[in-house]
Amino acid sequence: MSASESGGQPVIRVSNIRKSYGKLLAVAEISLDVNEGEIFGLIGPNGAGKTTTMECVEGLRRPDSGSIRVLGLDPFRDVYQLQERIGVQLQQAQLQKRIKVWEAVQLWASLYRKKTTSAEQLLEQLGLADKRDAWFMNLSGGQKQRLFIALALINDPEVVFLDELTTGLDPQARRAIWELVRGIRDRGKTVFMTTHLMEEAERLCDRVAIIEHGRIIDIDTPERLVSKNCPERTVILVTEDADAATSFDRIPHLAGVTRGGDRYTLRGSGEEFVTDTIQCLSEHGIRVTEFRTVLPTLEDVFLTLTGRSIRD
Amino acid sequence: MLNTRGLLPLTWLEIKIFMREPLGAIGSIVVPVLAFIVLGRMVPRGMPTSPTAYAGILRAGGVPVLVSILIANSAVLSLVAIISIYREGGILKRLRATPLRPPTILTAHVLVKLLLTAATMLLMTLAGKRYFPMDVQVPLLSFGFAVLLGTWSILSIGFVIASIVPTARFAQPIGAFILYPMIALSGLFVPLSAFPPVLQAIARMLPMTYVVSLLGGIWRGEGWVAHLGDVGALVLGFFVCTAISSRVFRWE
Repeated sequence: MSASESGGQPVIRVSNIRKSYGKLLAVAEISLDVNEGEIFGLIGPNGAGKTTTMECVEGLRRPDSGSIRVLGLDPFRDVYQLQERIGVQLQQAQLQKRIKVWEAVQLWASLYRKKTTSAEQLLEQLGLADKRDAWFMNLSGGQKQRLFIALALINDPEVVFLDELTTGLDPQARRAIWELVRGIRDRGKTVFMTTHLMEEAERLCDRVAIIEHGRIIDIDTPERLVSKNCPERTVILVTEDADAATSFDRIPHLAGVTRGGDRYTLRGSGEEFVTDTIQCLSEHGIRVTEFRTVLPTLEDVFLTLTGRSIRD
Repeated sequence: MLNTRGLLPLTWLEIKIFMREPLGAIGSIVVPVLAFIVLGRMVPRGMPTSPTAYAGILRAGGVPVLVSILIANSAVLSLVAIISIYREGGILKRLRATPLRPPTILTAHVLVKLLLTAATMLLMTLAGKRYFPMDVQVPLLSFGFAVLLGTWSILSIGFVIASIVPTARFAQPIGAFILYPMIALSGLFVPLSAFPPVLQAIARMLPMTYVVSLLGGIWRGEGWVAHLGDVGALVLGFFVCTAISSRVFRWE
C-alpha cells in the first residue's frame, strides 16, 4: 500500500449499499467509512443487517446497489486479491469436526501467498499451543473462537473482520478475547467488528455505528454517542437527614427525585449535574452513608434512538 | 487461468479427516469388500447366460459390475452427506472466505472420493484373487479405470443432489432415493429391451445405464473402442450436471 493511500484515508468505504433477500430487506441503506488502525463496531439487535453489511464488505455477498471499496479494491470483483489482504472470522462458523488445530492453521497458511506470521507462534500467542493436536469438535467455545482468530490472522492481514466474536462465551473468555482484539489494533491493523453486546462495543470500539432495520442511526465514538444522546445523569445516595429533600430542589438541572426510605434517587442532566449535587450536599452539610452515580451507556443510547431495548 | 493453490493440502486433509470418521473407513472400504465376498459366494459359479429375469446380473461380470456400482453410489452418497453437513455447519462458507477458489474446494472432495473408490477397488481385487481364484481373464486395470470414470460422472449428480437437499438430515435418504432407482433402470438386472418404451427412454437419460454398459463390456473384454458411446455419454453427463450445479449450488 502506498503512503498516500494509507495517509488518513479510510480503508473501508461503504456508500449507499442496499441488499434484500427476496422480499426481506436486510440492508435498506448503509454508508460508512472505517479508518486505518481503528476498531470500528457495527452494533444493533439481531436481524438489524450487521452481518449482511459485513459480508458485503468481505466480498461474500454482492449488494443490490451502492458501492464498496476495501483497501482500494472492489470486494466482489477483486475478491481473491482482497482475500489475500484481509482476515475474516464468520459468525457461527464451524470447521470439520475431526480437523486438528495445527492442521487447520497449516491448511490456512498454505492458502495465502504472503506468509509472515508463524503458525506456531500464533498458536502460542492465542494460548492454543497445548491444544495443537486436539480435534476441533473437542475444543471449548472460547478455544474455537481463538482458533478462528488465529485463522483470521494467519496471513498478517491489513484489515480484520470479526462477526459476533464473543457470542456464547462466558465473561472470562470474553474479556480474554477483548484483550486479543486490542492487541490486533495495537499492531497497526484495522478491525471491523459487529456485536449486539453494548458493553463489548463500549469497552472495545474506537467508533461505533448503531444500526437498526438496515439503516445507520448514528456513528461516533461511544463516549460522544452517550453524551450527545443521553445527557441524563443519576445520583443515588443514602442519608438520614430528614430535610435533605428540600435542599435537593436547589440543584441546577434537577429533573426529579424519588425516595425510598433513606435512599434518594436524583435524576438530572448535563455534565455538571454530579458536581452540582456534591456541592449541594457539602453546602448544606448533609451527611451521606452511600453515594454513587449511574451514567448512561450505549444501551441507553440505543433505547433513546430507537425507542426499544436491544434485547427485545 | 485455473488456480489450484490449496487443492492438494485440502485433498490430503479431507482424506485424513474422513478416515477419522467412525464409519468413514469401514463404511466406504470394509463393507463393500465384505459385500463383494458374500455376494460372490451366493452366485453359483460358471452359470450360463439364461433368459430369466435376472439374466443381467447372472451374466459374466454381473456381480463385479453391481458391486462396483454400489461402491460408486456409496461414494456419491457420502459426498452428498459431507457437502450438506459442511454447508449446514458453515464450513463451506468459512473455506470460501479465503483465497481458495470455489471449484478447488469441490474438486478436493471429488478427488477424495475417487481415491477412496480406487482404494476399495484395489482391496476388492486382492480379496477376489484370494477368495475366488477363477481362471477368468479380466482386464482389471481397464475395469478399474472404467469404475473411476463412472464414479467421476455420477459424482456430478451428487453435487446436483447436494444443491437441492434442504438439510444434512435429508441428504442420505434423498440421495439414495435418486441413485438406487437408477440402478434398477440401468439394465443390470433386467435388460433394457424388456422395459416398456417410456422406461427405456428414461433409462437412456440416466448416466447409470452407461456406467453399467461400459463396466459390463470392459469386464467381458470388449474394449474401449466398442464403448466410446458410453464414455461420451458419461463425459456429457458430467458436464451437464456440473453446469446445473454451478447454477443451483448453495454455499450456505
